[in-house]
Amino acid sequence: MIDPSLFLLNLTLFVLAIFLGVELINKVPATLHTPLMSGANAVSGISVIGALFGTQIVMQDGGRSVASLLAGLALMLAMANVVGGFAVTHRMLNMFKKKS
Amino acid sequence: MWIPFGYLIAAVLFILGLKKLSHPRTAPLGNRLSSLGMAVAIGTALVQMQFGSGPITNWNLILLPMGAGALIGLVLACKAKTTSMPELVALFNGFGGAASALVASAECWKFVEASELALPDPFTKTIAFGAAGFSAIIGWCTLTGSLLAVLKLLGGVSVFGKWWAAPTWGPAWLNVVKVLLVALVVVLTVALVNDPRDARWPILLLASSSVLGVLLVLPIGGADMPVVVSLLNSLSGIAAAFTGFIINNPLLLVAGSLVGASGFILTIVMCKAMNRTLTGVLFQPYTAHASEKLTRTKVGSDPEEVAMVLDGARKVIIVPGYGMAVSQSQHVVKEFAELLAQKYDTEVKYAIHPVAGRMPGHMNVLLAEANVPYEQMVEMDDINPEFPECDVALVIGANDTCNPAAREETGPLAGMPIINVDQAQHVVVVKRSLGVGYAGVDNDVFYLDKTMMLFGDAKTMMGQLNKALAES
Repeated sequence: MIDPSLFLLNLTLFVLAIFLGVELINKVPATLHTPLMSGANAVSGISVIGALFGTQIVMQDGGRSVASLLAGLALMLAMANVVGGFAVTHRMLNMFKKKS
Repeated sequence: MWIPFGYLIAAVLFILGLKKLSHPRTAPLGNRLSSLGMAVAIGTALVQMQFGSGPITNWNLILLPMGAGALIGLVLACKAKTTSMPELVALFNGFGGAASALVASAECWKFVEASELALPDPFTKTIAFGAAGFSAIIGWCTLTGSLLAVLKLLGGVSVFGKWWAAPTWGPAWLNVVKVLLVALVVVLTVALVNDPRDARWPILLLASSSVLGVLLVLPIGGADMPVVVSLLNSLSGIAAAFTGFIINNPLLLVAGSLVGASGFILTIVMCKAMNRTLTGVLFQPYTAHASEKLTRTKVGSDPEEVAMVLDGARKVIIVPGYGMAVSQSQHVVKEFAELLAQKYDTEVKYAIHPVAGRMPGHMNVLLAEANVPYEQMVEMDDINPEFPECDVALVIGANDTCNPAAREETGPLAGMPIINVDQAQHVVVVKRSLGVGYAGVDNDVFYLDKTMMLFGDAKTMMGQLNKALAES
C-alpha cells in the first residue's frame, strides 16, 4: 500500500503530467475530436493496472469473498474499456483513410 | 528492480500516441502507439506481480476477467454501427470509471472484511483512504453519468417492448442540490478516512456519487452530449491517477493525469467549436420545453418538382445531418452531387456543422467513406457567408443544426451556431416528417415559401431525386 516516502514523488509526477497533458493538446481539427476523445478514453483504461494489483492483494490476503469479487469485476471492466476503446478508435480512423 | 522500467516505456508511448492522435495524418499511428503502450504496461504489471511482489497464486482470478473483458470490448467495438459510435465511447468510459471505483472500493473493503488487518499509520491512512474516496466518487460519478449519456444519445431505451425516452430535466434549483451533494461526498470521504472499518462509508459514497453523476448529466441537452462525454472521460483519467496514489504506481499517475488534463483541454476545444462555454453547458438550467406541438402543416413536394428547381443551378450546398447517417445515404448523395456537376456544371459543396450527427466529425467520416473530395466539405463558419449566393440548399436529415430558433434569446437551442440555410434562394429538405429534432423545437425553415419538403427516408428519396434529375 501507500509509502509515505514516495508520496511527494508521486505528487510531483501527478502535477507534472497534468502540465504535460495541457501542453499536448492545443489545436485539434473538429474531425479528430471524436477519435481523440475515444483514444484518450482507451488510455484512461490504464486502471487495468490498478485492477491487476488489486487481484494480487486479494490473493495474498487469502481471497476474501467481496474484495476479490470487486477486483475481478474491476479487471473485466477495465479490460473492456482498453480493448474496446482502442478497437473503436481504430475503426473510426480507418473510415478517414479511404479518402486518399 | 528493473521491472518498472516498462512503465517508463509505456508512459512515453502514451504521450507520443496522444500527440500523434491530434493530427489528421499521424492519427492511426498514434492509436497504434498508445495501444502498444497499454500492452507493455499490462505485461510489465504481470511480470512485476509474478517476480517482484511475490508469485501469482491464482491465475484464474486474472485471466478469466481479463479474457471476458477483452471479448466484451472487442465484440461491442466491432459490432456497433457507425452511427452509434458516440454511445460506445460513452459506454467504455463508464466502464473505465467503474473499474477505478471498484479498485478503490476493493482496497477499502479489505479493512472492513478483515478486522485482524492492521490499519496503516495516520499519515498513510489519510492519503490512502482520501485517494480511495475520491477515486470512488469520480469513478461512480463517471459510471452513472456515462450510462445516462448513452441513453440520451440513443434517445431512449426499450424495456419489454415499451419505449422509455431519455429524460432531460433540470430547474435552476438543481444546481444547489448538486453543490450540496458534492459537499456530502466530501464529508463522507472524511468519515471514511477517520473510520475505514465502517462498511457504511464506502456504500454511502457509492450511492451519493452515483446520484451526483445522474444529476450532472440530467439537465444537459442532446447536442451538448459530446462535450459531457469528453468531460467524463477527463474525470475517469483523474480517477485512475488517484488509484495510482493508492497502489504507488507511477504509470497510473502519469497516464491518468495525462488523460485528465488533455481530456479537459479537448472538452474546452469542443465547447469553443460549438460557441458554448463549459459552465454554460453544465449549469444552464434546462427550461422545460417539452417537444412543441406541431400546429402548422406543409404539403410535401415530389422529386420531379425538385429536379425542376435544380435545373441549371450554379451553386448547390448540401447540408447533411443525422438522417443521412441513419439511412446510410452518403453514397447516393455523392452520386447526386456528381450528376449535378455533370449536367449543369454546378458547384457543389457540403456544409458541415460541428455537431451534425451527434458527434464531432461524424459527417466528415461518412462523406469520406463515400469518397467525397475533402475540399468540398466546408466547415460551418466558412460556408455560412456563401448561402445568399447559393441557388439551392439541400438539407438531408438535419434539423436543429439549421433551425433559426437558435438565433433567439431563449429556448433550448438559444445561442447554438447554425447553418444559415434560410438565406439560400431555395431550400429543399429531405426528412421523414415535419417532426421536431433532438432539441424538440419546431423549425421555421420547413414552412418558408421557398422551401420544398421531400418526405421520406433519405436514401429512398435521394435515389428518386437522382432518377428524376437524370431524366429531366
